[in-house]
Amino acid sequence: MMRTLKIGYSSLVYAFLYVPIFVLIVYSFNASKFGTTWQGFTFKWYQSLLDNTSLMTAAGNSVLVATLSATCATIIGSLAAVTFYRYTFKGKKAVMSLVYILMMAPDIVMGISLLILFVTIHMEPGFITLLLSHITFNIPFVAVTVMSRMKGFDKNLFDAAGDLGATEFQTVRHVIFPMMLPAVVAGWLLAFTLSMDDVIISFFVTGPDFEILPLRIYSMVRLGVKPEVNALCTIMFTLSLVIVMISQILNRERK
Amino acid sequence: MTEKNRFKTFSITLISVWLILLVLVPTLMVLAVSFMTSNTPGEISPVFTLSNYKAILDPLFLQVLADSFEMAFVTTALCLLIGYPFAYNLSKYRGKFKSLLLVLIIIPFWTSSLIRTYAIIIIIKTNGVLNGILMALGIIDEPLRLMYTEAAVLVGMVYSLLPFMILPLYAVLEKLDGKLVEAAKDLGAGRMRTFWHVVLPLSMPGVIAGSMLVFLPTLCLFYISDVLGGAKSLLIGNFIRNQFLLTRNWPMGAAASMILTVLMFIIIYIYYRSTKKTGREAI
Amino acid sequence: MSSANDIVRLESISKSFGGHGVVHNLDLCIKDGEFVTLLGPSGCGKTTLLRIIAGLETQDYGKVFIGGKDVSNIPPNKREVNTVFQSYALFPHMTVFDNVAFGLKMSKVPKEEIEERVKEALDTVMLANFADRMPQNLSGGQQQRVAIARAIVKRPKVLLLDEPLSALDFKLRKQMQTELKHIQRKLGITFVFVTHDQEEALSMSDRVVVMNEGVIQQDGSPKEVYENPKNMFVAKFVGEINVLQAVIEKTINGKLRANVEGRQCRLTKKHTYVEGDSVKLLLRPEDIRLEHIKDADSDYPLQGIIEETTYKGATLDSIVRLDSGTVIMASEFFDEDDPEFEYKTGEKVAVKWVDGWEVLLPDD
Repeated sequence: MMRTLKIGYSSLVYAFLYVPIFVLIVYSFNASKFGTTWQGFTFKWYQSLLDNTSLMTAAGNSVLVATLSATCATIIGSLAAVTFYRYTFKGKKAVMSLVYILMMAPDIVMGISLLILFVTIHMEPGFITLLLSHITFNIPFVAVTVMSRMKGFDKNLFDAAGDLGATEFQTVRHVIFPMMLPAVVAGWLLAFTLSMDDVIISFFVTGPDFEILPLRIYSMVRLGVKPEVNALCTIMFTLSLVIVMISQILNRERK
Repeated sequence: MTEKNRFKTFSITLISVWLILLVLVPTLMVLAVSFMTSNTPGEISPVFTLSNYKAILDPLFLQVLADSFEMAFVTTALCLLIGYPFAYNLSKYRGKFKSLLLVLIIIPFWTSSLIRTYAIIIIIKTNGVLNGILMALGIIDEPLRLMYTEAAVLVGMVYSLLPFMILPLYAVLEKLDGKLVEAAKDLGAGRMRTFWHVVLPLSMPGVIAGSMLVFLPTLCLFYISDVLGGAKSLLIGNFIRNQFLLTRNWPMGAAASMILTVLMFIIIYIYYRSTKKTGREAI
Repeated sequence: MSSANDIVRLESISKSFGGHGVVHNLDLCIKDGEFVTLLGPSGCGKTTLLRIIAGLETQDYGKVFIGGKDVSNIPPNKREVNTVFQSYALFPHMTVFDNVAFGLKMSKVPKEEIEERVKEALDTVMLANFADRMPQNLSGGQQQRVAIARAIVKRPKVLLLDEPLSALDFKLRKQMQTELKHIQRKLGITFVFVTHDQEEALSMSDRVVVMNEGVIQQDGSPKEVYENPKNMFVAKFVGEINVLQAVIEKTINGKLRANVEGRQCRLTKKHTYVEGDSVKLLLRPEDIRLEHIKDADSDYPLQGIIEETTYKGATLDSIVRLDSGTVIMASEFFDEDDPEFEYKTGEKVAVKWVDGWEVLLPDD
């Protein structure tokens, strides 16, 4: 009895989380343009997405920003993790707190603060401002992902490398980096996803000349349900799904 | 300078400079702007004033604030109520589908909440799936008007943020030593008392972390209230956005966002205290 | 003290962590080819001292010389010493071969030479067939050998070993002690070995340096340290010891008559104490002989009552309460000619020891 109740309850929660997405995916293949009735299977909504050049440009822009910002954030975030793990320095606590606060900070506060910064220094909103913003909000997520893996390392390993003649750079390159690589890749994937999905911060820091996908989707969604949007959202969901799977596999390997 | 010191200095400088230029300085700028004067839309003059904070006491803004907190509070409570038993069950489950069930909670975490909000629209719009099913079953005669209500916003918020409540709860409950529960029962505590005196206090960091990850975003996710609540629903996030992009009264928007910042620090402090007390972390 | 063939010389080394002094103004010379053990309880500064020699910690004051060169400010990767870590610290993402080859690769040794030297090192530790394994798939003892191979492959002037055997079980530890000693003789490298296990220290080393609270308490051969401890700390830390109170009553030609625990005893060992000195008389349990008292009137100097006996296989350990109330332990080897070698609880016994094997320390 108790068991049935537990299973029933959990199933309801899963249904709550997945039924809307499932319906969305099914509708993206529905030939009917309006209404809820099934009128046959079609790929035409996906085709019309491909034909929409401005949408494709926005998608390309998003992938570009996501790839670059994830890569930069991964480099800086991983360096930050190594630095926090390995060195003591004046103000370390302050810098570390800043990283954690940055992760918790409400997106909208970060968005307007960056907007004020860029306006103050007369930076034209567009690709560069967007890239800088995305790198910034991604750094803490990479740093925390990498740090949580480094927690389990034996500090003697790095002493051993030095003892065996490795320079500091060689120690990082041959010992620390290979050991934290799975976390670095997982951090990159997370950063890429966050960048591809971000609406709020991008909303404030991008300009009219540089359109990106999440903002495009936002303006489409505001206009209501359309089969093309179903198709687009299905693609985005699938992309997230693939990325989660890769990061889960990486996660499993470390155990 | 030795090679080790060069590497160390390079790393520390890069990180510190980045964080100072793109986090600390902008935040201080928001603080500064919140004390400046805006006479005409889009104009900011560096004249010190407290009027932006006084404007918070304006009934119009107080209403926004009250609505926002109510929405955030109810969303958090609902997520906790739905999420806690679920996370508890999941943490106790030892079957072969464990990793699959866990991944199913992680996936929404990684999916754009905008897309997930859109999926909600498909379900609850006037000629949507829910109305279709209810009418087919004969429960209702004409479609319910669900969109553009406060309830719709609430459903959207809970739907978007539930995984953010479940995951930290799961993290602490999973680490909870089953022997503690057995010990409590062995010492004569019943189901309820074991839960109340042992399980709940030890999972507090998870409860607080989850609440933190739900409460703050509810205030900020302006697109959810925009899309599901229409013009009627104005939360603090929408208010700030409007001050910046529509009314163009930046000092007022900056002052409102300082409220969010202060709130964040209070919540972080509460979380920090709870982890110190129980020696556990949820994130 | 210092001489030309000192391989390591430490001059007035001090080190503190967060205001807490760990090593105090310490001098130490280690000769080429020696097997020196730093022995002391945990927190005595022995590991810190080892890490200062390795360059993994920097001393606050003082100088470190290795092979006559001042290396005080030289980082670990440029010092000709290598370390075997307590946790082994094997790189988990490299094979046994790559672990051992690591140090050679870092110093850009040609590939063929690396191959040859790694093979040689693995042969030395008898792991030639394990080159392609990952460290996680080896037993504790095997991991230990890889750590040793990795450290000796660079042919360091000094090999530093930080409690390398503490994670092994008793039997394996004994075996590795012998093997380490063997490797040291074969390679002729100086070994500096850190341990808190006095038995390990005594059985392996040419020289034992006993440390406590960041200060060297005694520096000598294992025999010296065990038989002639310089102070109470060394006496108590290195093996079991009984402590008796004594007052010197008379000195005759360097020999003494003393009042020990209220009884008159003659002490034959040469001492420099004068009449009236209050001293502590120390006896190792295995130096004590107990005798049954048959005649109640015989005036054996020290007498006591058996409180407990424990059969230990090779020895019989007895707890004796002296008439003065002091409790001592005697550990006697079984005598095959004496089948009645045992004591009853409550039995009165005489306490003797081999002339001159006692140790006298000033009472303070």
